[in-house]
Amino acid sequence: MPTRRRGGPVPNGASNAEGERELLSPADLARTVARIAHEILEKTAESGAPVVLLGLPTRGIHLARRLAERITAIDADATVAVGTVDPTLYRDDLRRQPTRPLAETDIPAGGIDDVIVVLVDDVLMSGRTVRAALDALRDHGRPRAVQLAVLVDRGHRELPIRADYVGKNVPTNRAEDVVVSLSECDGADGVAIR
Amino acid sequence: MTVQPDATGIGLRHLLSTEGLRREQAEALLDTAASMEQALTGRAVRKLPTLRGRTVVTLFYENSTRTRVSFEVAGKWMSADTINVSASGSSVGKGESLRDTASTLAAAGADAIVVRHPASGAPHRIAGWLDRVGHSHTDGHVAVVNAGDGTHEHPTQALLDAATLRRRLGADLTGRRVAIVGDVLHSRVARSNAHLLATLGAEVTLVAPPTLLPAGVDAWPVTVTHDLDAHLATGPDAVMMLRVQAERMHGGFFPSAREYAVRFGLSARRADTLPDHAVVLHPGPAVRGMEIASAVADSDRAAISEQVTAGVHVRMAVLYHLLAGEDSR
Amino acid sequence: MTTTTRIANARPYGEDPTDLYVRDGVLVAPVDEPDATVDADGLIALPGLVDLHTHLREPGGEEAETVATGSAAAALGGYTAVFAMPNTNPTQDSPVVVEHVWRRGREVGLVDVHPVGAVTVALGGERLAEMGMMAASAAGVRMFSDDGRCVNDPLLMRRALEYARSLDAVVAQHAEDHRLTVGAQAHEGPVAARLGLTGWPASAEESIIARDAMLAAAAGARLHVCHVSTAGSVEVLRWARATLLPGTSAAVSAEVTPHHLLLTDTAAEDYDPVHKVNPPLRPEADTLALRRALAEGVIDCVATDHAPHAVEAKDCEWSQARPGMLGLQTALSVVASTMVTTGLLDWRGVARVCSEVPAAIAGLPDQGRPLAVGEPANLVLVDPDARWTVRGADLASIADNTPYEGMELGVSVVHTMLRGRWTVQDGKVAG
Repeated sequence: MPTRRRGGPVPNGASNAEGERELLSPADLARTVARIAHEILEKTAESGAPVVLLGLPTRGIHLARRLAERITAIDADATVAVGTVDPTLYRDDLRRQPTRPLAETDIPAGGIDDVIVVLVDDVLMSGRTVRAALDALRDHGRPRAVQLAVLVDRGHRELPIRADYVGKNVPTNRAEDVVVSLSECDGADGVAIR
Repeated sequence: MTVQPDATGIGLRHLLSTEGLRREQAEALLDTAASMEQALTGRAVRKLPTLRGRTVVTLFYENSTRTRVSFEVAGKWMSADTINVSASGSSVGKGESLRDTASTLAAAGADAIVVRHPASGAPHRIAGWLDRVGHSHTDGHVAVVNAGDGTHEHPTQALLDAATLRRRLGADLTGRRVAIVGDVLHSRVARSNAHLLATLGAEVTLVAPPTLLPAGVDAWPVTVTHDLDAHLATGPDAVMMLRVQAERMHGGFFPSAREYAVRFGLSARRADTLPDHAVVLHPGPAVRGMEIASAVADSDRAAISEQVTAGVHVRMAVLYHLLAGEDSR
Repeated sequence: MTTTTRIANARPYGEDPTDLYVRDGVLVAPVDEPDATVDADGLIALPGLVDLHTHLREPGGEEAETVATGSAAAALGGYTAVFAMPNTNPTQDSPVVVEHVWRRGREVGLVDVHPVGAVTVALGGERLAEMGMMAASAAGVRMFSDDGRCVNDPLLMRRALEYARSLDAVVAQHAEDHRLTVGAQAHEGPVAARLGLTGWPASAEESIIARDAMLAAAAGARLHVCHVSTAGSVEVLRWARATLLPGTSAAVSAEVTPHHLLLTDTAAEDYDPVHKVNPPLRPEADTLALRRALAEGVIDCVATDHAPHAVEAKDCEWSQARPGMLGLQTALSVVASTMVTTGLLDWRGVARVCSEVPAAIAGLPDQGRPLAVGEPANLVLVDPDARWTVRGADLASIADNTPYEGMELGVSVVHTMLRGRWTVQDGKVAG
C-alpha cells in the first residue's frame, strides 16, 4: 500500500483513483529526485565529510537508494553510503495506536561517527518520525551533521523541525491524504493528494 | 484461552502458552525478536526508550537465574522499570495467597507481571483474576507472561528455541524435523516447543522412555519414539535435549543414570551421525555426561549460548508486543 | 392436636395426579375434611431423597459449612436423610464425635443427619477406629468410611470388612490406590497431559474396587463403593457381581455423583479449581458409561459428595486447591437432565436411585419408602418444568463452590416434608 498521511485505506496505484489529484507525475518525480541529489552534493561538498543517506521505512529507503544512485551518477568520486534507520522503537506515540511491526535498521559498516547523515523520507508532516529517527541516531553514534531530505513537505508541523531538501511543498488540510507511490513497492511512481 | 484477541497489533494480551498461538502471531514475535537483535547490533548504547515509564515485575516462585535475568535485561534494554520479586525475601514466603500478591503488584502499578511458578496454570489464574477486577490506578490492562508454570508451559523458552533454529536453518521452519529428547513428562519446555514448532510447520518427534511421556501424548501434534539411535539415523535438522532433574533419577522413572545416558544421552558418537547442518539445543543448565556429552555441548553445532542471547531478544519482542501499543481497555 | 394435611393433585413418581393425606407423620387414607390442603398442582411427588455421601464440615470446618447450613441445603435439594462423612476435625472416629453430629442434626431438624464413622483412627489408615462403640452409640452408626482417603492397606481393609459384618454395617470405600495417584491433579489423559497436571489414572480406582470386591466376597461382608467415576469401574462391578458374589453373603453396592454424570475433564482447561474433585472429572465416554450403568442398576444409586470449601481453598492455584464441590441443591436437577431428559430413567427410577436404594444400602427403615398409606411421610414435591440459574451465592451452603455457577438447570424442588412436617415450602426453608 502506498504511503499515506492520515485517512482511510488507499487503493493500489496512485493517480487514477476516485477523488485523487496528481501532484507529481513519474517524470516529475524523477526530476525531483535528481534535483535533490544535486542539492545534496552541493551542500555537503564544502565540508569534505563522507555522506550517509539513511532512509526511513518504507519509501524513504527506496528514495535514499535512488538519491545515492543519482549522486554517484553525477559525481563518480562522491562517497555516499546508504542505510536505513527504523525509528519505531523511539516513537513517542507508540501507546496511542496498535503495536507497530518493526522494520529494518541497517547502519552502513563505517558507522555514522563524523559523517554527514541525510535522513530521507517520503512525506514530512508532524516531524515526529524525524524526531524519533534523530533519537535513534544518537544511540548509533555522533555524526558531524544531520540533514533531512523529503519528497513532499505538506506542513502541519508539531515540532521545530524543517527539511534541508524538499522535493515539493504542498499546502494541505489535515483531512487530506498525500499518497506517494514508488515502483519498488507500489508498481509505479507518482505523488497524489486525495 | 491463551490469546485473547483485541483490536491492537497481533492480538496478544497475555502470553500464557504457545498452545493456541496462531502462526502469524508466533512469526510476528520472532520477526520482532530478529529486529530487536538488529536494532541493537554494533551499537554504542544498548538502550531503547521504547518502554519508558512502563513497569515490569518478575514474580518468581522458583529460582531461575537465567530466565529472570533474561527478562530483566530485556526490560531494561527497552527502558522499562524492572522489579524482581522472589518467593524468598517477600510476603510471598509468608504464605500470602497468589491472588493477593498479584493484586498487590497490579495495584502498585505493574504493567506486566512475568510469572514463574511451580503450579501448572498459575499464570492463567493471575491473568483471569486481573482481567476480571480491572485496576483503578490506571484503569488499564496488566499483561501476564508465563515464565514457566509447573509442568505446563514455558512459552518464551520455546520462542527463543525457534528464534535460534531460524538463525541456523532459515526463517521458514516448514518441514524442518526437530527431535525433542528426554523427560517430556515433567517438561514445560517440551510442551511449549511441541506446540510452537508444530504451529511453525516443523515436524516434531518426541524421543523418551515410556515412563517419561505423559499418558495422552498421542493427542499432541507430534510423533513419538523410544529409540534415539533409530531416530537420529533419519537425519533430523535439530535435536533438542531436555534436562533430567536430579529427583527423577531416584523416582523410578528409569533404572539408572548410566542406563539413561546409554539409551537417551547425546554422546559424541551419536552427534557425529547427525547431518552437518543439524543443530543441537539444550535449555540449560545441562547435566553433562548424562544428557549431553561435553564434547557435543561445546561443539559448533550446539547453539546453547546463542539460545541465551536469543532469549533476551525474544523477551524484548514479547514485552514490546504486550506493552508498547495502546492500552486495551 | 393432630391434624391431617391433604396434598392435592400431586403426581407420585410423575404418574397420574392424586391426593396424598398426611397425619401424625404418616401417609394415611383419604379423609373428607382435612385440616389443611396444599395444592401440588401437578408437581411430581417422590419419596424424600437420601444422600449417602455428604460433607457437613462440622465440627472443624464451620467456615465452609455447618450442620445447620448443610441441613438447609439438603432440605432445599429434596433430601430427608443425609450421611455425614467423618473427615471432620476432630474426626468422627469415636462415639463422642458421632453423637455430637447426630445430636446437632436432630436440633436443626431439617433432615435426618446420620454420621458416618471413620474406619481408621483419624483416617490414618493404620488402626481400626472404635466401630463397635460408634455403632452402639446414640448415633447408631451403620456406615463406616475413610472417605477422602482410601483404606489402602489390603489387610486393614479385610479386617474392617470382617469387623463391620458383625455390626451389620457397610464399609464405604473411597477407591483410590494412593501409590498410583501421588501428586495427581486431574484425570490422566490428553487434557491433563496438555495442561501439565499430574494424572489420576482410572486404574487407581478400578484396581481397588476389584481388590475390595474380592475381600468382601471372602469376608461375606458389605462393601459400598463411593463415587464410581470410570467406565472400567462399571465393568469391574459387573464382573464382581457376576463371578465373586454368588453363593456368598457378601454384597457390593456403588454410588455415582451427579457431577460425574454431567461434567468432563475438559472443565480443567481454565485452571479454575472449582472443577477440582476427587476422583477427578473424567472424559465424556466415562460419563456416558456411568449413566448407562446407573440406568441398568450396575451402579445402585446417586450420592452427592457435597463438599463445601471456603473461598481460600478454591481461589488459588489448581494444585493448591482442595478437591470437592457443592452438590446437595443441584443433584436432582443434574440427575433429571442426565437421566430423565435422556430417557434413561423415569421418575420411578429416580426415586429408586436417589431414595429407595440408598436407604436400603444404609439400612434406614423409615426412609426411601413407597408413597403408600401407612408409610412415613418423607417426601419431596418437584416441578419438572422449572428452569433456574445456579448462583453459588444464593445456595444455602456457607461455601459457594458450585461447578454449575451460571448454568441453567431444569427441575426445582418446591416442597420437602420430613415425617409429616414441611422442611421446605415454595422453595424456601420452612420457618
